[in-house]
Amino acid sequence: MITLNLIEKNQLGKIVAIDTDLLPLKLIEMGCLPGNEVYLEQLAPLKDPMYLVIDGCHLAIRTETAKNIKIELI
Amino acid sequence: MSKTINVALIGNPNTGKTSVFNALTGLNQKVGNYPGITVEKKQGSCRLNHTTKAHIIDLPGTYSLNASSMDESVVIELLLNKNDKDYPDVAVVISDIENLKRNLLLFTQIKDLETPTLLVINMSDRMAGKGISLDIDQLEQKLKTKIALISTRENKGIEFLKTCLLDYRSLSKEGCMDITKIDEAYFGNLQKVFPDQSLYKLWLVITQDVNFAKIERKKVQDATEYKTQSISHLKRLQQKETIKRYQYINQSLKETYTVDQSKATDYRSKLDRILIHRFWGYIIFFVILLTIFQVIFDWSSIPMDFIDESFSKLSEYTKTNLPPGLFTNLLAEGIISGLGGIIIFIPQIAFLFLFIAVLEETGYMSRVVFLMDRGLRKYGLSGKSVIPLISGTACAIPAVMATRNIENWKERLITILVTPFITCSARLPVYLILISLVIPEGKFLGMGYQGLTLMGLYLLGFAMALLSAGILNKILKIQSKTYFVIEMPNYKLPLLKNVLITVFEKTKSFVVEAGRIILAISILLWLMASFGPGKEFNQAEEIIIGRAKVESFTAEQLENEIASHKLEHSFIGILGKSIEPVIAPLGFDWKIGIALISSFAAREVFVGTLATIYSVGNDQEETIKNRMKAERKADGSLLFDLPTGISLMLFYAFALQCMSTLAIVKKETNGWKWPMIQLFSMTLIAYLSALIVYQILA
Repeated sequence: MITLNLIEKNQLGKIVAIDTDLLPLKLIEMGCLPGNEVYLEQLAPLKDPMYLVIDGCHLAIRTETAKNIKIELI
Repeated sequence: MSKTINVALIGNPNTGKTSVFNALTGLNQKVGNYPGITVEKKQGSCRLNHTTKAHIIDLPGTYSLNASSMDESVVIELLLNKNDKDYPDVAVVISDIENLKRNLLLFTQIKDLETPTLLVINMSDRMAGKGISLDIDQLEQKLKTKIALISTRENKGIEFLKTCLLDYRSLSKEGCMDITKIDEAYFGNLQKVFPDQSLYKLWLVITQDVNFAKIERKKVQDATEYKTQSISHLKRLQQKETIKRYQYINQSLKETYTVDQSKATDYRSKLDRILIHRFWGYIIFFVILLTIFQVIFDWSSIPMDFIDESFSKLSEYTKTNLPPGLFTNLLAEGIISGLGGIIIFIPQIAFLFLFIAVLEETGYMSRVVFLMDRGLRKYGLSGKSVIPLISGTACAIPAVMATRNIENWKERLITILVTPFITCSARLPVYLILISLVIPEGKFLGMGYQGLTLMGLYLLGFAMALLSAGILNKILKIQSKTYFVIEMPNYKLPLLKNVLITVFEKTKSFVVEAGRIILAISILLWLMASFGPGKEFNQAEEIIIGRAKVESFTAEQLENEIASHKLEHSFIGILGKSIEPVIAPLGFDWKIGIALISSFAAREVFVGTLATIYSVGNDQEETIKNRMKAERKADGSLLFDLPTGISLMLFYAFALQCMSTLAIVKKETNGWKWPMIQLFSMTLIAYLSALIVYQILA
């Protein structure tokens, strides 16, 4: 199990746990929920922010936010 | 008898909600503000058949009913307030075929409010390209609603949508989800305390900071059941609610919505690989900006020259054809000159709005946010500050409002404070006229000096915004939770209709708003310039004629002498003269001083003011530019020479001469503290930089 900020290109992850207190509700509502699949589409320079596809939803978050999401590589 | 039904359009951002609104209403729309807040309120009307009209409200885009910004609160406040005159008879949830799952989250929430709800699935034109197939009948049953599958791009399904609206009474009011399943103990208790209330509405009142029903809210807070729940617990319940909703949605879509990946083409990833490439992405962005500035300068010059000449002809025509007198003078010298000073800039402003609308419509703006976030964070800004900073090139007022998407308060405050440094369209008239007066024509690497100067001024504005943001970031000690979420929508070709309506509406409101102020100020200025106290003004003829050397003057010279003596001793002359000592070190004379004062109402008044001042008592009808060119200093040299021109441009670049910006900053920061700090520091920076530059150049 790793945190989402460590995911690399061409890896597929599955969200296993999220820190509800630290994540914005908006992100949860966009599909960032345990059980959903996630992969990295692109990184901005200096690896931040991260352009991710979570459960089919294309969005960008900062690495500090991604640290609060635990994933499992599959 | 004709009857009207209220329709509310609700949907996630990027679903084409505004396209649906435009398709239904065309130009029958009105943009205003919600009372007391600065959220834009768009409403329009649409004839459904010969007896029924729909009054349509386009609510701000939102991902869910759990509001995280003022714009989103508007949605929930309207939907929870049955007494609001706009309370919808039918709620229309707009979704996008590709993001149906996520869009349905909001749909299930709206449905649980037990209002008749219609689901619109937009962008049906993309189904084939993405290999999507949809069983509408079955999905309608599962979601207990009527579905209108439409394509605003191909103009399909709009008529069907209208028939669905007419038939709104047959829509089911049944909710989607049994909310007690989230936490039976908690919601069971809540129901016991408020037996006759809808549980979901209560839940929204508890979790949201909406001010629609203070009494209900207070009642809820008094209940002991609520007090025992911490915010963290409530948030966990909200998360559970979201999970339950997605389970319901997945269940509904399982057999009805299928994607054949082999048929799907994915040009989003391909385009993203180039457009947000870590090197090429920035180059492309810079080239786009460069093109925009070049176009604004080059393409607009033809219609602008035409407008300028037309107005001077109109003024001349008025003077020759109306009976001479005070009213004719007021019309020709005050009103027409003043209005000409604003209408001339319509082409440029329209082009600017056009480019901003296209950048937003295509989905490119989100990529710029992504590219810029890391770099801007160094200055205490967010990637999302890019949108205010870019739309600040049109006007600081919508730009300050656009900061609402920034989740972090410190980043948002800094963005608000530095946005007025961005060159807004009101500065454009001032720059353009000064550039054409003091910067020589000529080319450097294919770009004209004048175009380069304009671009330099824009860059200077951005640089100053960044520099002050960096300083503020060091000074301000504000701790606030930081997060940043932005959707990267699919790329779309902009819809011509949407872009044109946006450009038309924005340009219209710019001209009307600015026009009103300019009209009032032109009249006031003309009055102040046409009258004066004391005998210096009223007996100007006698004083000049009584002077020596007057015999050698021609009749025309004599008249000019009298006119300028009058102006100098009119009310406005006295006012201008009294501030002259302060601005003389910047290279400005008292006439420019008047323009500076009147610019505080709005910067673009500058040109109109000078046009009015110079045309008072001047019978030769000339274009504004020629009149300014003819102005001389006391020693006979040109008034608008390079040092004065540059110093004036710098002053306008940095000074906060805009009452409306101050008002909006006050609203958005809840007090006078920040706008006052902003006003004083920006004026100081403007004064000092103009002073230094003038003293060096002169």
